[in-house]
Amino acid sequence: MNLRLVRGRTADVLFYAGIAAVVALLLKEALTNPGHWSLFFQLAVDGVTLGSVYALIAIGYSMVYGILKLLNFAHGDVYMVGAFIGYGILTLFGGAANWTIPVWLLVALMFGASMLGSGFLGVVIERFAYRPLRDAPRLAPLISALGVSFFLQNSALLLLGAQFRAYPFGLIGQGGVSIRTVFISATRIFVIAGAVVLMIVLTVFVRRSRLGKAMRATSYDREAAMMMGIDADRVIASTFFIGSALAGAAGVMFGLVFTEIFHFMGFTAGLKGFTAAVVGGIGSIPGAMLGGLLIGLGEAYATGYVSSTYQDLIVFSILIFVILVRPSGLLGTAAVQKV
Amino acid sequence: MSLLRLAGVNTYYGEIHILQNLTLDVGEGELVSLLGGNASGKSTTLKTILGLVRPRTGAVEFAGEDVTQRATSYRIARGIAIVPENRRLFAPMTVLENLEMGAYLNRDGKGRKEDFERVYTLFPFLHERRHQLAGTLSGGEQQMVAMGRALMSHPKLLLMDEPSMGLAPILVERSFEIIQQVHQAGVAMLVVEQNANMALSIADRGYVLATGRLVLEGPAKQLLEDEGLRKAYLGR
Repeated sequence: MNLRLVRGRTADVLFYAGIAAVVALLLKEALTNPGHWSLFFQLAVDGVTLGSVYALIAIGYSMVYGILKLLNFAHGDVYMVGAFIGYGILTLFGGAANWTIPVWLLVALMFGASMLGSGFLGVVIERFAYRPLRDAPRLAPLISALGVSFFLQNSALLLLGAQFRAYPFGLIGQGGVSIRTVFISATRIFVIAGAVVLMIVLTVFVRRSRLGKAMRATSYDREAAMMMGIDADRVIASTFFIGSALAGAAGVMFGLVFTEIFHFMGFTAGLKGFTAAVVGGIGSIPGAMLGGLLIGLGEAYATGYVSSTYQDLIVFSILIFVILVRPSGLLGTAAVQKV
Repeated sequence: MSLLRLAGVNTYYGEIHILQNLTLDVGEGELVSLLGGNASGKSTTLKTILGLVRPRTGAVEFAGEDVTQRATSYRIARGIAIVPENRRLFAPMTVLENLEMGAYLNRDGKGRKEDFERVYTLFPFLHERRHQLAGTLSGGEQQMVAMGRALMSHPKLLLMDEPSMGLAPILVERSFEIIQQVHQAGVAMLVVEQNANMALSIADRGYVLATGRLVLEGPAKQLLEDEGLRKAYLGR
């Protein structure tokens, strides 16, 4: 049964019309006020920064969905835990104001600990909340995921309290780069570059490594992969580790740029990451990257040109529109029913 | 001594009793056919051998070892490989990557190179198309990839699940030629088929399953002439 509201050529026309409309609106904003070109590019910098964080979250969503067909709703909270692990390392080495070790080492430790910690958290979640339900109806692990999400949020609330914690402003460096009137802070450059490096490493890993290929094989056909001698449980655990580690890195990046973290931050970020994964085509890693970027840019331009009140409205409108005209996402392949 | 032995195996899906007290064996280098109509338990037998489903009672022995409680990956590492029903290739991956997956447990670089050469000699076509996505090949070509993939682990025992399914008659013939070729190289085979005449014409021995029970067994030649074979297919 096909439940799509618009299909075929209508969908294509709407899709391109949508793109044209967005481009036209952006151009109008940038052109009507000549001085606005600098705002336009400044917002682009914001959008790409935000998009990097969303893309890293979206990759984990997408990888887990690809291999288990499970929406891991606890993923956003793993990201929250990652941000707090980074904060913990910061506190351990002298706190937000006067750290006792070189900055590069501090940042490396924050990322290392956060990625490892989040990665293991992901593996533990899979082992105890999802694996026992592997053969259960699909609704069961979904509810289990929501349970884990609440568990992590409330654990953080209990242990760390409800107040905001702050990463130091400009930990990476107070400076930045100015291109004409557009300023890009050192932190943003660092975060964007870091996200790009992580994504390249991931892409090469999935394409070339033995484990990466086993992950792809397992996501296409788990039983056939097992027939090749692939240990599906181990491959699934590795997938959770990698996806969660990326979310942990995203959490630290968010802290570095936006400084304020709190126990509930994973909810919205998780939703945005999920949206990014769906917009890009859930199950597709390049799709998650593209989706993250689009959602980040959408949010930045919505905030800059319309109002921050409407940013979420606009982001989720993008989701609805894309699902309407491209149900399998921008880079997703239409699901082929096995006969 | 037999290479593979199922002893009194009872396999269930939930409460449904699929394999009922099944006993069969495959000797070293032997080619055995397992015949039966739809839903006779042929595929379940293969899954039980691989450990994808576990029997409730009974034992699976391979190469003199009781592997009943062992994981699938362990059994594959001991020398079992399968060409699954409908081939089950990793369609969005290249031919080369599919072959690599066949050699997943074989990490030794040199041995692996030899395996590639052996498979490419048997199927020069695969070398030609190694960078093509497996899903874009025709049915007959995919069958070659599936055979090549299974042979990458240089198995002692090769399981074939319905090698003739979905292939044009000429390709079925070609497929059975390859099976014979592999068999002559010393690989023991258990070929599951609906096409009884074809399967028995190349086999040493045969078993006939009907609704999870063994109804007939014996040398292939004898089975070909047996009235019971027809009965098993047409029902009682």
